[in-house]
Order: sequence, then C-alpha cells, then structure tokens
Amino acid sequence: MSYRLMKGNDALAEAAVRAGCRFFGGYPITPQSEILEYLSSRLPEVGGTFLQAESELSGINMVYGAAAAGFRAMTSSSGPGFSLLQEGISYIASAELPAVIVDVQRYGSGLGDIFQAQSDYHQATRGGGHGDYRMLVFAPSSVQESVDLMGLAFDKAEQYRNPCLILSDASIAQMMEPVKLPEMQEVDPDKPWAAKGKNGGDFKRITSTMYYIEDFDGYIKAKFDSMAAAEQRWENVEVEDADIVLVAYGISSRICKEAVAIARSRGIRLGLLRPITLWPFPTNAFKEVNSEVKAYLTVELSALPKLEDDVKIACEMKTPVKHFLGGANIPESSAIVEEAVSILNSREEVSWLKN
Amino acid sequence: MAQKLIPELLVEDNKFCPGCGHGIVNRVLAEVLEELGLADKAVGSLAVGCGCLMMDTFGTDWVQAPHGRAAAVAVGVKRVRPECCVFTYQGDGDSLAIGFSETMYAAIRNENITAIIVNNGIFGMTGGQMAPTSLPGQRTTTSPKGRDAALTGQPLNIINQMKNLPVGYLARGSVDTAKEINKVKKYIRTGIETQMKGGGYSMIEILSPCPTNWKMTLQNSLDHIRSTVRATYPLGEFVKDGERTDA
Amino acid sequence: MTKASKKRLHMVQHHERCKGCGFCILECPKEALSVSDDVNRKGYPLVKLDEEKCIVCAICHTVCPDYVFERREVA
Repeated sequence: MSYRLMKGNDALAEAAVRAGCRFFGGYPITPQSEILEYLSSRLPEVGGTFLQAESELSGINMVYGAAAAGFRAMTSSSGPGFSLLQEGISYIASAELPAVIVDVQRYGSGLGDIFQAQSDYHQATRGGGHGDYRMLVFAPSSVQESVDLMGLAFDKAEQYRNPCLILSDASIAQMMEPVKLPEMQEVDPDKPWAAKGKNGGDFKRITSTMYYIEDFDGYIKAKFDSMAAAEQRWENVEVEDADIVLVAYGISSRICKEAVAIARSRGIRLGLLRPITLWPFPTNAFKEVNSEVKAYLTVELSALPKLEDDVKIACEMKTPVKHFLGGANIPESSAIVEEAVSILNSREEVSWLKN
Repeated sequence: MAQKLIPELLVEDNKFCPGCGHGIVNRVLAEVLEELGLADKAVGSLAVGCGCLMMDTFGTDWVQAPHGRAAAVAVGVKRVRPECCVFTYQGDGDSLAIGFSETMYAAIRNENITAIIVNNGIFGMTGGQMAPTSLPGQRTTTSPKGRDAALTGQPLNIINQMKNLPVGYLARGSVDTAKEINKVKKYIRTGIETQMKGGGYSMIEILSPCPTNWKMTLQNSLDHIRSTVRATYPLGEFVKDGERTDA
Repeated sequence: MTKASKKRLHMVQHHERCKGCGFCILECPKEALSVSDDVNRKGYPLVKLDEEKCIVCAICHTVCPDYVFERREVA
C-alpha cells in the first residue's frame, strides 16, 4: 500500500470514514475545523450524513441520536467547544452507547487561543461531564497514529458501548505527514439494542442504564475496572536503565524522543515513557522502568502541570516527579535535556527522597 | 359506531397527576401511530420534564436526550434512519426555554421530524416555576407576584417564531374539550403524515392543563384555558403542506 | 345504526386506573356520570355510570387522561 501525504485533521476524518463512521454532527472551531470541512464532502460520497450543527451542544446530541440508532457516529471540537460537549458525552456514556469524540487541544481556559497546547488533560481523562463514567482516551503523536487510533477508537467504543476520545493537539492536527490508510469498513448498524422502531419486538428505552440494571454501582465499576485493566497502551523508549524518565504524550512526546537521543549521545541515561492511552493511564508501563530511576519528568504544553498527577499515582509517590511546562510553545529538546541534567545534579531531590 | 379501545402502545398506566393533559395527548398519539401503521417503526425522543414519564408507559422505541436537546437527538436518529417515524415529545419548558435553539434549528433546517410540544405554561416536574410560555400576571413559584413581562418578556408564541420558515406543518390544539381533543388528533395525524411523505418539519403545540401546579381544580383549569390561555395562543392550523394557512 | 346493534356497545370502565380528576363528569353530555362513595385501590373516588342515561357517545373515553373508558362490544 502506498503512502498519502495528509494533514492530521484530514487523516482523522478519512480514518473515521474508513472505520465505518456514517454520521458527523459538529461545529467549527480552530484548530479542528478541517475535520468538518473534509467530512462535509466525504461522508455523502459513502452514503453518510454530515451535519453542521448550530452549536456543539446540538452536535453532540445529534451524535447521541445517530449512535442510539446503531450507526457509527462522531463529533469533534477543541477547547471551549470541548467543554460544551461534556453534557452530551455524559449522557452517551450513561446510556452506554458507542461514539467517538475528537478534541484537538488548543491553549488556555476561557477563550484561550488557537495555539498548540495540551490544556484539556484533566477534562479528557477525568470524565469532563457529570457523574460516574470514563472515556477511553487515545493520544496520537503522529498523523499515522491518528489514523490507527481512530479505527481502534470506534472498535473499542462498540466493544465497551462507551464513548471514546481522540485527544489530539493543534500541532499533530495541523501538520502533514505521509500515512498509510486502512481499507474501508462497512459496519452493520442493526445492533440488537439500536433504536429503529420495535418491529414486533419489545420497545427499547435508550436512557441512563442505571434505571434498568440491578446493582448498578457494582456493574458500572466492574465495567470501567475491566477497561482500565485491558486497555492500557504505551510506548517505552530506553527506560530499563534510565536515571531520568520523561513522561509525555502527543506532540510533546516527539520532542522528548529527540531529547532522549541527544542525552544518550552525551552519555546521560534518559528514557521516555509515552502513554498512548491517557485513560486508562498506563500504570503497567512503569513496571518496565529501571527500579533505581531517580526521577520522572513530565513534559506537556500547558500552563499548569496536569500529567504530573497521574505519574505520581502510577509510581505511588516513591520517586520524585518533576514537570517541564511548555505553555503554548513547543520546547527545544535541548532544554528538556538540560532540565533532566539539573534534576540529576539537584541535592534537593535527594533530601526529598530521604523524607 | 365503532369500538373505542385503549391503544396497545399504552403498555402501562401513565404516571401523570390527576387531570394532567399529558395522558390525553399520549392516548391520541398512540391512536394515530397505530392507525397509520407506524407503531413498529416509530422512535420517540424525549428529554426532561413531566413528558419523560411516558418512556416506561408508551411502547415505542425511545431515546432520552439531555434537557432541551430532544430535537437534536431526533435529528440524529432521522438522518440515519429516514424510514423511521421520528418524533419529539416535550413540554414547553424543556423545548422552548433550555431547548429553544435545538427546537428552532430543527425547524430552520426543515428537518423531517414531528415535534409535539405540550404547553401548560409552567415547568411542571420541578414544581411549577415560570416558563417562557407563562402568561403576564401568571403566578408561579418563581413569579409569586405574577409574571412581570417588563422584566421577563412576553409569553413565547413558538408558532409565530416558526410560521415564516419553510416548514411542512404547524398547528396548535388544546385538550380542554372533547371537540378540541379530536382536533388535536387530526393535527398530530397530519403532522406525522407530513413527515412520512417527506414533507418537512411538523410541529404540533398542545395547550394542556396542569391543575397541580396551577393550584386550580380541573374545572377551573379548563375554564382558564378557554377564557385566557387560548387568547394568547390561538388554536388552528398555521402552516399546511408548506403553505401558510393564516396569511 | 339500528337500536339492536347500538345495544351491543357499552362503555366499559377500568376503575383501577382512575385518578378521580372528574373530566369525564364535566364533559358527559347526558350527565350519566357521577362520583360514587367507593374508592379504588389508589384511594380515588370511583366514577359511577348510569347505563339508562348513557348514549355510548364515548366522550368520556376522549377526555379521560387515564384510559379508564373503552367503548366495547359486549355480548
């Protein structure tokens, strides 16, 4: 199969179509608008429906309706728009329907700005809406991985009947890279649970499943526990002997990979732990790390540290966890190396460890 | 004379308060769906409010939307399953306050769905707060001295908002007498027929008593609709087959 | 409609569904309906039907919010 040069957003959109997505409802917002633009012409070519909604609120609820009817459905947004999706995502999770949501992260709270950033980590990984749910969160670090994870997200959404999130960022979404695209899939929408008229059978009520499940607390906990156990994905780079392990996802992880190469060429034992799923956070990845590791250093494009929390949980606070924040700027790989060196040389960290 | 039986779609007794008009609208809608042979291919979308109590008692497929968003959910269903009869069933608070945007845009895009909006002029489920449809001077739990239109606006007449749009069918009925109930049935039938022939958006608003929250007897509630509510919300068909009937 | 065929149709009441709102009593054109002293299991007063006055017009069926009345052929 040959490669095709594609922009991250376009590749996400094409991958969704090839994964069988046949409905998209969404609203323009930079830096994800190319997904709408691409699908507005692409979905009708395969008999699907593209609908530009009057708001993100409406878009996510159109997705709710199409998903309830059994079809693979998706919406995408960014930052402020992602906040508006949360109500609908909570309802979709509560009704146990499959759907895929894309958040192409931008910088800041409020209006923020359209720069690349990784500001939405907490909202993405904690279940940004109300109640008791989680989304499987996939964080691609390349255009190719955007394609690969999109197909996986639709499959997992259906397997668990739960919304899945692709957490991209303005860099990955706006860059162009050669990609290999998968074959076109046709997916049967006539699921036994789909709302399509009762056709002589019992009528179906698609709403919070808690109304109809005994011991719902136990049931829903078991559901998310099983996802947490089975769906951790990560990539480890030279962590077995590392004195410092960088932890980064998405665009940040690419800089970190370069930092590892630079450090290693200078004889500094630097490694990288790259979560591919952010929920479940790949705690198992930490078992592969050098047991004598001196510190973890999280690297993210954010004004406040967020990823740091999950790393502290994953290493059970037994190892110091430091953060390197890029804000809206992609850091130089050399700056990350320097930060790692300064941590290694820091006496403060040693005393912290003794406490 | 023919038999008049309870429709099979009414699978359980309804859960509405004594004298509530929802039960009448439920029965009429069930009759229409059965008479048109659509009971098996109907998908309803409801959201939050007294109307959503019918999800367990009315035997069509249902999707329960977030408060106000029933129209957007219905659009999602209809766009992927155009062969289904897709309707929304909401109260005035749900569809016209928090859901005004979704409700209006379904009409603006002339979506091929049927909206049923039961207007009792208050938020019923939460205990009788003021709605966009509450009449000037109407006492509610959030307008205890009566609705002050200077502060809160005039009652929202949704048909006036929609009737200049290129929609398929708009009508307003009332369940305050047997005669008007029969008209409501005709309106709902026409709305659903409009959808099934691809005639675009149809909306039927139905004036309905809420004796519980109006703090009136049923008799007084019905008299109130006839003497007062209907003056603000006139009954009849306003758009039929895409043409204004009142112009 | 002959008298003979008309006689076969009756208003049948499902008393257990009644919530006692009285809409049927208000709308009955022949005043054939009235409140009785009995209550159903929900505690609502039963509506009494006077078969002599009833013309089986089924207006009670039309207005009842609780599906109490049916016009049925009864042998």
